[in-house]
Amino acid sequence: MAQHQIRVTVNGSPHEARVESRLLLVHLLREVLRLTGTHIGCDTTHCGACTVLLDGEPVKSCTVLAVQADGREVTTVEGLEKDGKLHPVQEGFWQMHGLQCGYCTPGMMMTSYALLQRNRNPTEEQIREAISGNLCRCTGYVNIVKSVQYAAEKLR
Amino acid sequence: MIPASFDYQAPSTLADALRLLDQNREGAKVLSGGQSLLPLLKLRLGQVEMLVDIGKVPGLDYIREEGGTLRIGGRTREVELERSELLRSRYPALSDTASVIADPLVRNLATIGGNLAHGDPANDHPATMMALGARVVATGPKGQREIAIDEFFRGLFSTALEPSEILTEIRIPAPPPRSGGAYVKLERKVGDFATAAAAVQLTLGAGGAVERAGIALTNAGPTPVRAREAEKYLVGKKLDEKTLAEAARLAASAARPSADRRGSVEYKREMARVLAARALEKAARRAEGR
Repeated sequence: MAQHQIRVTVNGSPHEARVESRLLLVHLLREVLRLTGTHIGCDTTHCGACTVLLDGEPVKSCTVLAVQADGREVTTVEGLEKDGKLHPVQEGFWQMHGLQCGYCTPGMMMTSYALLQRNRNPTEEQIREAISGNLCRCTGYVNIVKSVQYAAEKLR
Repeated sequence: MIPASFDYQAPSTLADALRLLDQNREGAKVLSGGQSLLPLLKLRLGQVEMLVDIGKVPGLDYIREEGGTLRIGGRTREVELERSELLRSRYPALSDTASVIADPLVRNLATIGGNLAHGDPANDHPATMMALGARVVATGPKGQREIAIDEFFRGLFSTALEPSEILTEIRIPAPPPRSGGAYVKLERKVGDFATAAAAVQLTLGAGGAVERAGIALTNAGPTPVRAREAEKYLVGKKLDEKTLAEAARLAASAARPSADRRGSVEYKREMARVLAARALEKAARRAEGR
């Protein structure tokens, strides 16, 4: 069983861990680092509940090996809030009722955060395209789009 | 889901990656973006002894046009193809393709080399590469060789690559003036494989008649399907509505789809015709500069 010593920066803090080759990034985050905000949904690269940022870009952490994150930066939903203050994306999902059961929300917010980093003024179409790899079975997406628009306005 | 155990290496040079593959011919696999390979290992549809991750190998990530050839590094990610201005203006079939592969999150990791080397006829790049007349560069322990895309796909998940070779570059002839291409895909939802999809690349002569036509279909058989009869039919003809419709009909006759949750054989063949017609129309419009 191949083991690797890896160093990963998660939400700005350096972490070291000894991991098996086959350990998935989502399990490193949830089970080794105990950051359980990142959810496991379908576990088959479809639903996007496990979305985190890898070097700033949203990816599905159920389809990345922990060892592939060696030397790189990971941002999870726990990294959005700063000094006890919600990020505008989080505030948007709260204010605009962008969730019902909340299962998809961490992934949905990470994708939305990454979109707004690239584009401060996305159209509704651009928002829907950006979140098309994140599935929500509650909201019908209407309030999610409103949440992202709320955050975009707040960030401008 | 956890994959079965394997060893993992992330060499920092191409030479080291090739050496690892050569030393482990039976059990090693190249890990590029991992968006097809890791799901397969997780579902235990496949097993490897070693993954050779080429993510740290420099110089495999580029899109450039030089000497009448478009060169794309094998590890270039779909998101980069999707955002490339060069592709959007000169190779729209390739832009179209990159932007409908899986979903935006997958495209942040998935690579063009992986999409081709995986040998899955449901993947989107193969048909476009056939329409564009691409060649792929395989680099192995003895050096490089070029493989024409028509010779590349051997069967379901099987390609002309040797176990010790890495797909390092894709070469596409630069389109002459009055060229246009398109890729049109029907999918049940974002992220699904194509129910049917068609790639078209056309070049027109000064008088408006077709000089070269490349047409291929996704998920229409055990390997990507090139619609040669439709291509031959178009050469020398002007692109009116009737001609395009007949070309689409001929293209669909090359499809050999199998029935699954996405539809029956009859439905898929009809969709191949409809999508070929749409791709032909779009490619014609682009070639004519409309």
